[in-house]
Amino acid sequence: MNKYKVWQIILIYSVLTFGVIFALPNFYPTKPAIQIAFGDSARALNTNIIADITRELDAKNIPFTEIEQSDNSAKVIFNDVESQLAGRRILANYSDGEFIIALNSEPSTPDWLRSIGGKPINLGLDLAGGIHFLLEVDTDRYSIERLSSEGASFVEEFSKRNINSNYTSNDNKIDISFKNFEELSMARDYLDQNNFTTSGAKYNILQNNNALELQYTDNYLSEIVDYAVEQNLVALRNRVNELGVSEPIVQREGKGRIVVELPGVQDSASAKKIIGKTANLEFRLEARPTDSFLRKEKFSFKNSPGRTVFLEKVIVISGDNVTNAQSSFDENGRAQVNINLDIDGGRSIQNATKDNIGRRLGVVLVEEKTKTFFDNEDNVRQETFTEKSVISNATIQAALGTSFRITGLSNSNEASELALLLRAGALAAPMKFVEEQTIGPTLGQENIDKGLNSVIVGFILVFIFMFVRYKLFGLSANIALISNLVLVTAIMSLVGATLTLPGIAGIVLTVGMAVDANVLIFARISEELKANVETQQAIKNGFAKAFSTIIDANITTLLVAVILYSIGTGPIKGFAVTLSIGIITSVFTAIFVTRSLVNFIYGYRYVEELKV
Amino acid sequence: MNIPFIKFNRIGIMLSAGLILITLISLLGRGLNLGLDFTGGVSIEMKYEQKADLEKIRNSISKIDNANFVVLNFGSDNNVLIKFQSDEELNINAQTVIDQLAEDQYLGEVVKSETIFPQIGEELRDQGGIAILVAMLVILVYIIFRFQIKFGYGAIAALFHDVLIILGIFSIFNLTFDLSVLAALLAVVGYSLNDSIVVSDRIRENFLDENKKGSSEVLLNDSLNQVFARTIITSFTTLLVLIALLIAGGEALKNFSLALAAGVIVGSYSSIFIVVRVLLITGLSKKDMEKPKNEPEESYSLD
Repeated sequence: MNKYKVWQIILIYSVLTFGVIFALPNFYPTKPAIQIAFGDSARALNTNIIADITRELDAKNIPFTEIEQSDNSAKVIFNDVESQLAGRRILANYSDGEFIIALNSEPSTPDWLRSIGGKPINLGLDLAGGIHFLLEVDTDRYSIERLSSEGASFVEEFSKRNINSNYTSNDNKIDISFKNFEELSMARDYLDQNNFTTSGAKYNILQNNNALELQYTDNYLSEIVDYAVEQNLVALRNRVNELGVSEPIVQREGKGRIVVELPGVQDSASAKKIIGKTANLEFRLEARPTDSFLRKEKFSFKNSPGRTVFLEKVIVISGDNVTNAQSSFDENGRAQVNINLDIDGGRSIQNATKDNIGRRLGVVLVEEKTKTFFDNEDNVRQETFTEKSVISNATIQAALGTSFRITGLSNSNEASELALLLRAGALAAPMKFVEEQTIGPTLGQENIDKGLNSVIVGFILVFIFMFVRYKLFGLSANIALISNLVLVTAIMSLVGATLTLPGIAGIVLTVGMAVDANVLIFARISEELKANVETQQAIKNGFAKAFSTIIDANITTLLVAVILYSIGTGPIKGFAVTLSIGIITSVFTAIFVTRSLVNFIYGYRYVEELKV
Repeated sequence: MNIPFIKFNRIGIMLSAGLILITLISLLGRGLNLGLDFTGGVSIEMKYEQKADLEKIRNSISKIDNANFVVLNFGSDNNVLIKFQSDEELNINAQTVIDQLAEDQYLGEVVKSETIFPQIGEELRDQGGIAILVAMLVILVYIIFRFQIKFGYGAIAALFHDVLIILGIFSIFNLTFDLSVLAALLAVVGYSLNDSIVVSDRIRENFLDENKKGSSEVLLNDSLNQVFARTIITSFTTLLVLIALLIAGGEALKNFSLALAAGVIVGSYSSIFIVVRVLLITGLSKKDMEKPKNEPEESYSLD
């Protein structure tokens, strides 16, 4: 008799039940929604936005099903697209350009599913529509600039010690020349002392005549490039968040590239403007009470909009000059922010502060924001505008240089927030767009429909063929095939993998392989029967003999998938992900699920004759 | 059923050799019609309410400097594809074209737009090639470890054969080779392997079986006959899905499913003819399959 033990049956069907539950969210339709991002705007702090929205929509009799609120945004969910579009008009008027309003679609996953982590599959841009950007950080130029500014700061340090020197630099070394040997050795002592970071030496020093050559280690060079790219990533994330897109992707790819994906967004030009915006910090001295209004400007504070301050119109330095800002603690354990400037910035701030000790220096954050409104012809327009607010206004204790700190912050939270704002202002390294792709929503829907329809048609054909050719065995194989699809869907939904068009193709390939596994098993069973082996034994032998073939074939294909995943990017990765998941689930369903069904049909009784 | 596969092998090999020769001539002569993904450039897909006036579009965008656009219908009379392929540094992007058409008041609904800079395309080409080579190497190691090196040679030869012939089909018929076709090619690598392994596995089993007597040729022929039905059925079912994809999957999946379908056919064929030919050339025998016996080694030990 062919029977699985009770625990085996329980295990197989628990896995399948798990699959059904987590595949379920994909069968609930998405609902049209509007996302309102109010960020840190003053109005959001002072009024009850949710109550306002409800009132505005009710006043115009626009039905909606739900309003959800999170930290700095809200989501209104509608029953149909008409009310969604009507709702957008009203909310855009209400927002008056202060909030970002974006159309969206929201999955209608029931609460009980959501509470156990159930969610539908993420659709790639080729299926959902939206914008894809690939940006490249100019790492070479960054290294050159970085070493040049480092060289300049060495020369500055030396001159403080009365050492005269000159420097030249490229992307991996700095040459410094000196007047005589004594000065060189003094400089060398300084360089040796400062040659350490947490991960080893920064440079190797070569000496010839009255010059020193600092050869930067590859390790350190890649570290600074890494830092710059990470920095840009943070800045980009902040900017993308301003767009109010529901599930944006901002991801590093390889050494110096950053992928930005904005599902559902259509206006490429304005998205590009926001992503590509630059320089937005200004350091200005606080104006004296006696200064005329021509020389000063009024700003409000970012985190308490009611508070204002007058700053001078002269900009001492801008965000471009900030090379780094990090929060830390001072000797007494109080939170502070350490700021590093480039050489030009250091010079300017020194000139500005040396005669102004005791006065305050304000830091202004300049933000490009987008305003959505309707023009006379009822078209949606977006306009960018600039908003300036003060993020810090601290007293100058001494003449400042290339590195200084802001102390007296109330806690480490405030310090890290300030450091982030100081860094987020400017991009660490220059970037350019190397790939842009816009996919319209109609094309996305068309791709889904066509892909899905053809897969369904293909499946039905396979089901018919398998049933005609293998009868009850074929039926078991077909059920196994459906379980495979359910499991692939469940796992992809659960791990948050993205389904793309090549991904659908990956699934088709695993279907072929799953069928192959069952065909191999059935062929073996029929061989056993031909050799006059008793029916139950034939089934047992068939499964056993096909097992190693199936495993070998699937492991090699899995290896290919893993290689594709690690080498490939974008669409190739999407294909590799579904292929890997599909191979693993198909081995499970084709061997164990089919076996349990075959056992169920034939295993509990005496079978005189078996046809395969 | 007993088909004399070994007898037909020579004919099969000659056919393969012919196909590969044509492939090489075509690849060296005219090369591949590489898609935008691999060369870089600008492409825009647009949809008009009525039949699109291609001349009007051409006139409008001819005002853009330094770019030779191809303007053609795509799928239907209302859909238009505007394409500019270039492997030199780009100074325009899709927005340039959209702006120009908007200025001339003949902008349709933008269904899809793409701007890809040439260095990305070049990297992708390298990446695809490296992926296939690394995949082959890892597979070879796995097969040597699990089977025997001669099977490894067989599987790799079949892989080369299959990938080359698909490249040949794309070159000869001047079909666009884009990223999705590369993905298909990689899937063909997987599929071809699956076939080679199933065949190799059967051959190994028969060579290991002490009760089976006969020359290598007889054993190989028996093995092929045993797996033949399976090969046909599996290829057929996979083809069913692929043909559905080819017919109903739309423009985006057309070349992809074509490459995969060709791969499935060529892959099944090569597992029967190429793998076996390599095993015949390298002279696989029962001796190769004998595992070195584990004799206890002499050793000194302290007691």
